[in-house]
Amino acid sequence: MKKFLIPLGFFFGLVIFLAIGLQRDPKEIPSPLVGQLTPNFKLFTLSDDDRTFEPKDMYGQVWMLNVWATWCVACREEHPLLVALSKQQNLPIVGLSYKEIQPQDEPPGTKLTAQEKRLLARERSDKWLRARGNPYIVTALDLDGRVGIDYGVYGVPETYVIDKQGVIRYKIVGALTSEVLSKKILPLVIQLQKT
Amino acid sequence: MIPEIGHYALILCFWVALLQGVLPLVGAATGHLAWQSMAKPVTALQFVLVFLSFLALAWSFVQNDFSVLYVSQHSNSLLPTAYRVAAVWGGHEGSLLLWAFLLSLWSFSVAVFSRTLPLVMSARVLGVLGLISSGFLAFILTTSNPFDRLLPPAADGRDLNPLLQDVGLIIHPPMLYMGYVGFSVAFAFAIAALLSGRLDAAWARWSRPWTLVAWIFLTFGIALGSWWAYSELGWGGWWFWDPVENASLMPWLFGTALIHALMVTEKRGGFKAWTVLLAIGAFSLSLLGTFLVRSGVLTSVHAFAADPRRGVFVLIFLAVVVGSSLTLFAWRAPKVSIGGQIGLISRESFLLSNSVLMVVATGAVLLGTLYPLVIDALNMGKLSVGAPYFNAVFVPLLAPLLFLMVPGVVASWKEAQVTHLVHRLRWVALGALLVALGTPAALQMRHQSEWQWSTALGLFLYAWIILGTVQHIVLRLRQPGRIAWSYWGMHTAHLGMAVVVIGITMVKGYELERDVRMGIGETVTLRDYTFELKRVEDVEGPNYKALRATLEVKKDQRIVAQLQPEKRRYFSSAMPMTEAAIDTGWFRDLYVSLGDPVEPHPETRAPRWNLHVYDKPFISWLWAGALLMVWGGLIAALDKRYRRAASRPVHS
Amino acid sequence: MRHLPIFCQIWLSVILLATLGASSLMAMEAAPHAQDPIVEARMIHISEELRCLVCQNESLASSHAELAGDLREEVRNLIRQNKSDTEIKEFLITRYGDFVLYRPMVKPMTWALWFGPFALLLIAVTAMVLNLRQRQRHADAVTWTEAELKKAERLLKEGESS
Repeated sequence: MKKFLIPLGFFFGLVIFLAIGLQRDPKEIPSPLVGQLTPNFKLFTLSDDDRTFEPKDMYGQVWMLNVWATWCVACREEHPLLVALSKQQNLPIVGLSYKEIQPQDEPPGTKLTAQEKRLLARERSDKWLRARGNPYIVTALDLDGRVGIDYGVYGVPETYVIDKQGVIRYKIVGALTSEVLSKKILPLVIQLQKT
Repeated sequence: MIPEIGHYALILCFWVALLQGVLPLVGAATGHLAWQSMAKPVTALQFVLVFLSFLALAWSFVQNDFSVLYVSQHSNSLLPTAYRVAAVWGGHEGSLLLWAFLLSLWSFSVAVFSRTLPLVMSARVLGVLGLISSGFLAFILTTSNPFDRLLPPAADGRDLNPLLQDVGLIIHPPMLYMGYVGFSVAFAFAIAALLSGRLDAAWARWSRPWTLVAWIFLTFGIALGSWWAYSELGWGGWWFWDPVENASLMPWLFGTALIHALMVTEKRGGFKAWTVLLAIGAFSLSLLGTFLVRSGVLTSVHAFAADPRRGVFVLIFLAVVVGSSLTLFAWRAPKVSIGGQIGLISRESFLLSNSVLMVVATGAVLLGTLYPLVIDALNMGKLSVGAPYFNAVFVPLLAPLLFLMVPGVVASWKEAQVTHLVHRLRWVALGALLVALGTPAALQMRHQSEWQWSTALGLFLYAWIILGTVQHIVLRLRQPGRIAWSYWGMHTAHLGMAVVVIGITMVKGYELERDVRMGIGETVTLRDYTFELKRVEDVEGPNYKALRATLEVKKDQRIVAQLQPEKRRYFSSAMPMTEAAIDTGWFRDLYVSLGDPVEPHPETRAPRWNLHVYDKPFISWLWAGALLMVWGGLIAALDKRYRRAASRPVHS
Repeated sequence: MRHLPIFCQIWLSVILLATLGASSLMAMEAAPHAQDPIVEARMIHISEELRCLVCQNESLASSHAELAGDLREEVRNLIRQNKSDTEIKEFLITRYGDFVLYRPMVKPMTWALWFGPFALLLIAVTAMVLNLRQRQRHADAVTWTEAELKKAERLLKEGESS
């Protein structure tokens, strides 16, 4: 008559999984890029001239890539942490300005040229950074979001920790907190800098 | 003041429900007649109190009392009154109050209509219902109180989600909950039977009408939800295998299995343990659904705002209710289940295979819905299981079920001959085959549509059931003797199922859509229909501003319909809402939705808009079929033997 | 037409052109919204099985979210580069993981998912057949005495009359 216990056994297993599930966030997506080389790109930066930035430029250093935009509200929350981080530690932070120019910024009926977008993005970002402090050694302009797609960006802000060989070691989705910084990122950075 | 009355009524109600739960059950176990007879009056009191509480909340909404937090979150002074009432169940707290209210309504109905039930039985049933009620009320009072105050009161509310501002919201949740909650009655009967140690045909005869009525409501609720999504979401979809939709489908599948299994228990006293397990399962799935929707464990468009605290409470409640009932089952069921003789091919075995297939189908849906959670819990990453999976797995499981519907009705009890079945159904099979092969061929010639195996299968099953049902009725009418209403109910419901199948088959097989840019005067052609954009204008509603397009539809140069899709901007929400325009027909729906303005015509510079135009054949048959099933269930539930049983007392 | 006088030829041509022009004016068929309907159809077919990552549970095909629009455009680009469906899905999986697929790939991690229901069906049907056979054997094993039979008949009659 043990077969009558089967439904109970099955239910018991179900409850355990549901209990574990309660502690998970179903919307948090782990990145498959962790452990992979940084996807390459070549983008214009915030500086006025035609200088570009590539991840290759950072080869040999441990660095952080921070995806942000002036329209992003959560970015404003994490920004002071980044500014403090840039002053204290020996960790270069590169900014990736993601889709700074939104569809609603374009005057109705017309489309801005790439040059116009770049100028507007530079103007807005410079203003924003001057007001809040600039933690970035350089900010690359990803105006159409293609680089963001290559990096698996689905919501700003996002931050990547990259090692000396250009391999992505860690990804944080959402605003940085001092807890995540002290418990996860900084120990990892120290470890990577030793290699 | 009113919200406080509502709150206190709820608190009082909790204690009354606890009394309703404990007293009669103890009385039944100890033979204390006085306590057993307390069940009915206490149930009535509980009903009155919950009703009072519910009215208090509804009153707060209608009177725009924004000092109540829940009202301020889900209503607005510009909201039309009908939606203000519906907003009561537009959010988590209010919908739970609806749950509790409907549970007390069902309990009260059981108390009223159980004059023929032995006292000890009704005491146990009401006792179980009381315990469940007290659990829900405790949940509401501790984690989800709709009467929490907001001080200082908001100047105006945040408004009801525009997606919910539709007639669908007024009826869909109450109907759905009536179904979910209604399965608690079958559950209570099953527990009462296990507790008493008596599991016989009489128990099945008492349970069946209650189960049928709950099933009717659930069928209606699900169909309404599907129709609502179709008419409201703006792109013609009607089922998405979203976790919350699955949460309503699973109890429905078990409920259908239960109705069929009860038949065997009622007529032949067989499958007792199995039927009891199905009854426990159906309600457990209802509770599981409640958990999934409110705990934040799964992402869904329907999910209420997630609060882990609530999730923990519901999980504990679920674990206690289902765990204890399954323990009781494991302990008591072996003693009552004495298997009677059943032939390998017999009506019983057909009904059993209905159960088995339904349970497996439910298992498949449950597996798909919970798999992402399981993989995540095992730290194996994150994956998604969506419509492609469910469509691939569910349909093959349903096909044999639909097929067996016909021989199942023909087969005799206890023992049936396969040769007899084959002989009797040979013309039905031939007819179905002709329809399955002929219809797509004919349509292919007319409309140059593709041949698909799934379409042929759907057509076969549809014709198989229709022809089989007609044959059965014709042969039965030739025989003497009165025909019970349950006979007509059965066939009506089965026909309804066939109609649903053909609706789905035709829509999936032959629907057509065009995504175009249109200027005034331009046309788009879809099969025999020509849509012409006549004008586009700005309009205003009570709480929104909209862009409305007017299209004229012509067939053979005659005007067939005028459609006015809108793109609305509600004052309270930043997101624009698409209101599709639908012309419903017997054999097709014409569906138009308005998109954003696009760049003007390159030459004439005339303004243009993005429009999405659909031709959906037979889609209204989907919901017509569901209504037929509801009708069939109703006829069956009103069968004489239940009405007779209700008026004559039964000796225990 | 060559046999007609020049005047008639010109007149006929004018009428012909006018009719053609007029009929094209009367047709005024709306242009498809997409740049290239073939690419678009394929894009929708693929994105119906992909998930919108920033939505609560919507496919990439039907979502209005900005990222969804960007990803749809990316799919269109890949289609124009003549990539196969599998390659396009691979592209998205390397960046966003398995989460982006609504149809889980069949691999050891998902064997239970894809084969589970059919395994369950097999087990259930087997159990059912075995159970029915067992009942058959059970019933054959039971023999009734005369007194038991009479008692059973009496009980049945009582049950039917109530």
